[in-house]
Amino acid sequence: MGQVMEVPRVDRQAAALIDHTTGIQTDDVHAWFDHLHALRGITIAIPERKITAIIGPSGCGKSTFLRCLNRMHELVPGARVRGKVVMDGQDIYRPGVDPVQVRRRVGMVFQKPNPFPTMSIYENVAAGLTLAGEGDRRRRDEVVEQSLRAAALWDEVKDRLRKPGTSLSGGQQQRLCIARALAVSPEVLLMDEPASALDPASTLRIEELARDLAKDITIVIVTHNMQQAARVSDFTGFFLDGQLIEFGATNDIFTRPQDRRTEDYLTGRFG
Amino acid sequence: MMDRRYWFRRGKDRGMAVLTFLCTIAVLIPLFLVLGFLVRTGASALNWDFFTKIPGAAGEPGGGMANAIAGTLLLIGLAALVGIPVGVLGGTFLAEYPHARLSQLARFTADVMNGIPSIVIGLFAYVLIVLPMRHFSALSGGVALGVMLIPTVMRTTEEIIRLVPQSVREAALALGIPTWKTTVRVVIPTAAAGIVTGIMVGLARVAGETAPLLFTAFGNRFWNWNILKPVAALPLQIFAYAISPFDDWHRQAWAGALVLVTIVLIVSVAARVASSRQAKLR
Repeated sequence: MGQVMEVPRVDRQAAALIDHTTGIQTDDVHAWFDHLHALRGITIAIPERKITAIIGPSGCGKSTFLRCLNRMHELVPGARVRGKVVMDGQDIYRPGVDPVQVRRRVGMVFQKPNPFPTMSIYENVAAGLTLAGEGDRRRRDEVVEQSLRAAALWDEVKDRLRKPGTSLSGGQQQRLCIARALAVSPEVLLMDEPASALDPASTLRIEELARDLAKDITIVIVTHNMQQAARVSDFTGFFLDGQLIEFGATNDIFTRPQDRRTEDYLTGRFG
Repeated sequence: MMDRRYWFRRGKDRGMAVLTFLCTIAVLIPLFLVLGFLVRTGASALNWDFFTKIPGAAGEPGGGMANAIAGTLLLIGLAALVGIPVGVLGGTFLAEYPHARLSQLARFTADVMNGIPSIVIGLFAYVLIVLPMRHFSALSGGVALGVMLIPTVMRTTEEIIRLVPQSVREAALALGIPTWKTTVRVVIPTAAAGIVTGIMVGLARVAGETAPLLFTAFGNRFWNWNILKPVAALPLQIFAYAISPFDDWHRQAWAGALVLVTIVLIVSVAARVASSRQAKLR
């Protein structure tokens, strides 16, 4: 902040967001791995019920940023976070906030599908409920069906809910993981390169799914695939060396980047 | 010249191959000799009485080792009660907090304990339990075997839990499941089959231990189900019979050895089956 160069970016960020309510507001978020300063002051207003893509070259801190939004970053030994992440007017890092409660509101889907290996398809989706002590069978059945439908997986698995989750194909496993995250009704869904381990057809399905889900929840998706960001997102933030270089409506970022470094990245000059 | 070198090299190669082959055979020979001899001599003394009767009077033919078989099972049970909870929970701690000072100490201690002669462990149980109680007991024998079980179970549990991918843990934590519940309901079940394997291998190993039982379980010629009294055990009975002057007892010692080996074999095979069921972790 404060550099002359960055002023227009801030202006446009404000302009792009003017019609949208903010889902998550971060304020000067810094993150460290031991002595490595991975995030250097990220301030960003992520719009509610939209898809926000975070792009940038490997090691730019985009995944770290994502993991700061559901307090997963601090699980890494030696990791630290400073700054504010405000949801519903409350900072999730203020003292006394239980990270477990934060993670119930902010779901996450990982790069590699990671269903629980010992659990069936049904148990995987129900895991968030059963492990939180939701005992009512009927309610659980309902939530499992809803979540699998929302993840566009129901028709493919409804006849084999008792089969192991790992028996599904990679793309199906990823949708299973999305269903599992949806089952605890999060307000925000973080997706960390959710399609990078999948084939093109499965990738498209995940993208369509994300578009559908964004009608109801805020989605933040990290991707190093620029076409994916262009296809799927409403807003895009470009990260470089732990800093947010540019943020705005996806269309603007891709057609008229204002920062030279964004342009260089988008045209493939580095990364 | 070239030719001679070639043949020399080729000869060396062949020679080494034959040598390694022979050494491999040499590994198998004692095992099969022991097993073969055991079956031949032991099987002839195996009969219904052996499994149902207690030992007869000294020098008198007949009688069996029913009480010793039961005693060994009782001792294994007691050892499991002592060793499994401590081993599994300790191993879980080692895996979840690998860098804690305590973990490093415990890991080192476990490795040292694995190398301590079993008779010393027996001595430990003797001082800890037999001396204060003023008599030998199944309990003290079970504790001795249980203490021997701890390092094996603890280290296997640790290894297997560490094989559970971080991504599985993260999946659970990201769902808003507390850390302890993640460990108990997700990580340990994922590792369960492997942990069971470790437990069985450990149990099979301690089942045949004789030295730690000499002055703890002590042996008993009669039935006993009271864990505060001395109890018979197969290894002890084999020892007592083998050094006796009676031919019939010698035969029964062989039969006892055969039964003991069979028990160990069954447990080992069960461990193999369990480990093949271990979820593919990677």
